[in-house]
Amino acid sequence: MTARGRTRGGRRLRGYLFVLPALAVYLAFAVLPALHTAYLSLFDWDGVTLGSWAGLDNYRRVFTDPALRGSVVNALVLVVFFALLPILAGLLLTALLARHRRPGMAGYRLLFMLPQVVPLVAVGVTWRWLYGEDGLVNEALDAVGLGGFTRAWLGDFDWALIAVGLVGTWVLSGLCMMLFLSGVHKVDPQLYEAARLDGAGPVREFVSVTLPQLRGELAVALTVTTVAALASFDIVYVTTGGGPGEETTVPGLLIYRLAFSAGKVGLASALGVVLSLLILVIVYLVNRLSRTPS
Amino acid sequence: MRAGTPTRRAGAGRTASHTERWGGYGLLTVLAAAVVVPFLNVFLASMQPSGKPVTGMSWPQRWSLDNYREAWSVAGFSELMRSSLVIAVGVVPATLVLAALAGYALGTMRLPGGDGVAALFVAGLTIPVELVVVPLYFDLRGIGLTDSYLGVILVEIALFLPFGVFWMRTHFRAAPASLVEAARIDGASSLTILFRVLLPLARPPLMTLGVLVFMWSWNQFLLVLVLVQDATKRTAPAGLGFFVGQNNTDVPMLAAGTVLVMLPITLLYLIFQRSFVAGLLQGAFKG
Repeated sequence: MTARGRTRGGRRLRGYLFVLPALAVYLAFAVLPALHTAYLSLFDWDGVTLGSWAGLDNYRRVFTDPALRGSVVNALVLVVFFALLPILAGLLLTALLARHRRPGMAGYRLLFMLPQVVPLVAVGVTWRWLYGEDGLVNEALDAVGLGGFTRAWLGDFDWALIAVGLVGTWVLSGLCMMLFLSGVHKVDPQLYEAARLDGAGPVREFVSVTLPQLRGELAVALTVTTVAALASFDIVYVTTGGGPGEETTVPGLLIYRLAFSAGKVGLASALGVVLSLLILVIVYLVNRLSRTPS
Repeated sequence: MRAGTPTRRAGAGRTASHTERWGGYGLLTVLAAAVVVPFLNVFLASMQPSGKPVTGMSWPQRWSLDNYREAWSVAGFSELMRSSLVIAVGVVPATLVLAALAGYALGTMRLPGGDGVAALFVAGLTIPVELVVVPLYFDLRGIGLTDSYLGVILVEIALFLPFGVFWMRTHFRAAPASLVEAARIDGASSLTILFRVLLPLARPPLMTLGVLVFMWSWNQFLLVLVLVQDATKRTAPAGLGFFVGQNNTDVPMLAAGTVLVMLPITLLYLIFQRSFVAGLLQGAFKG
């Protein structure tokens, strides 16, 4: 290597001085702990005494223990409410409203995205009261003559998970709506003109012009909302705490309990690894699908 | 919803028919009400006389801030919010500086192995707190960083950096290469280029990153719940979560506390709405 080549290589490596501080903090406080979790998942450890090697036993239990498996199933049910319903609501609103720009939209947008901004713990507390026995939901049902339907929603074995899920729907719908509406306004109007000339009705137009053009926004929405559902903790912790029974437990809640109350650090770690892999696979698939033209 | 007469389409369209136009506003207003009612319900609850159990919407007989005073001083929401603020103020500038430096190098220099490092950061985008929180408790306790602001601050920086680096890298990459080239030919050092040429152009993305990081830090719950057991160092959401678990809590006071916890981030959202909306609509997320 010539002297000149060496200095250029040196200069290039010097660029790493800019990356190093961020990399050091990231490695020390995020990557290493993540690897440490994977390591801990191979042990039986109560957090105090000496741990013992467990091999893949903890992973076997994640998939066979009804409580643990149930928490993963609950998280997948929450995906319906956190991801599917908001996205459908967003698409429906877009189909109805996209054809005209409306003055005053900025104000609505500001309001619709507010639930996304405030702490989820505060949102959970709010809904805990709304769902209470004397809360607004029951009061409203009474008022429209559906008094027979009233119940303590968050304590009901059949309804608690749905009630928690609908809180997620409330939080994430506004985001999806605004995401799609802003996306559709970026679509070239000529595409719509062309579709109209071909005699496409509103439904055809939506399916063959709007939807494909929104592929990027759909991917973003699906990623954000699915991760929010699978990694949910705050809302569940303050509304039901996982109850009644185990009806609304999610992996995050069990990880917290197993590691810090039940003294099953290894098992909690295994559940954390499984949850993260599940998220990773779904995010990967969503982004993969959104890139290949259909 | 479709008007019978031909109307013009998205973007170009201005001549909405009457029904379509007002129908649209009607729908939006119904949705807006669905967003507002829960907030209004907490606010009205916070105005009820202390000790009243929770009921549906009821107009207070008398407007008073007594519950807010109670929450602020007696229940300790002032300290909770101070802790949250200390942590956020520690996290935001550090994240911005580290993300800008790393994003600059990874976005504009051809570093050997740079793509691998960038991919390492991208891999962290979806790390849920659940994956790291368990060993963090044991590791940080070992070095005295539990029950400390510094511990929470360092972990939050680490968790927000993947997005921060990715975000800044994207923006620096989009900066005109000729600008950087011209400065380099003039003999400017890398640092000069960053601070004199690129950063002044990067103010909007930096602002957006700043408000997003503040929001994530202010709203963070699970991490603080685990790392901070000391009641005097809890953050606002953690304190709120703790109070809700107590059965004997005074509902109107707690409602006031809930409003207090939401207030700073809501004000920030109103002030920096452009930055928030830009960030949220470009797919920013963090559990």
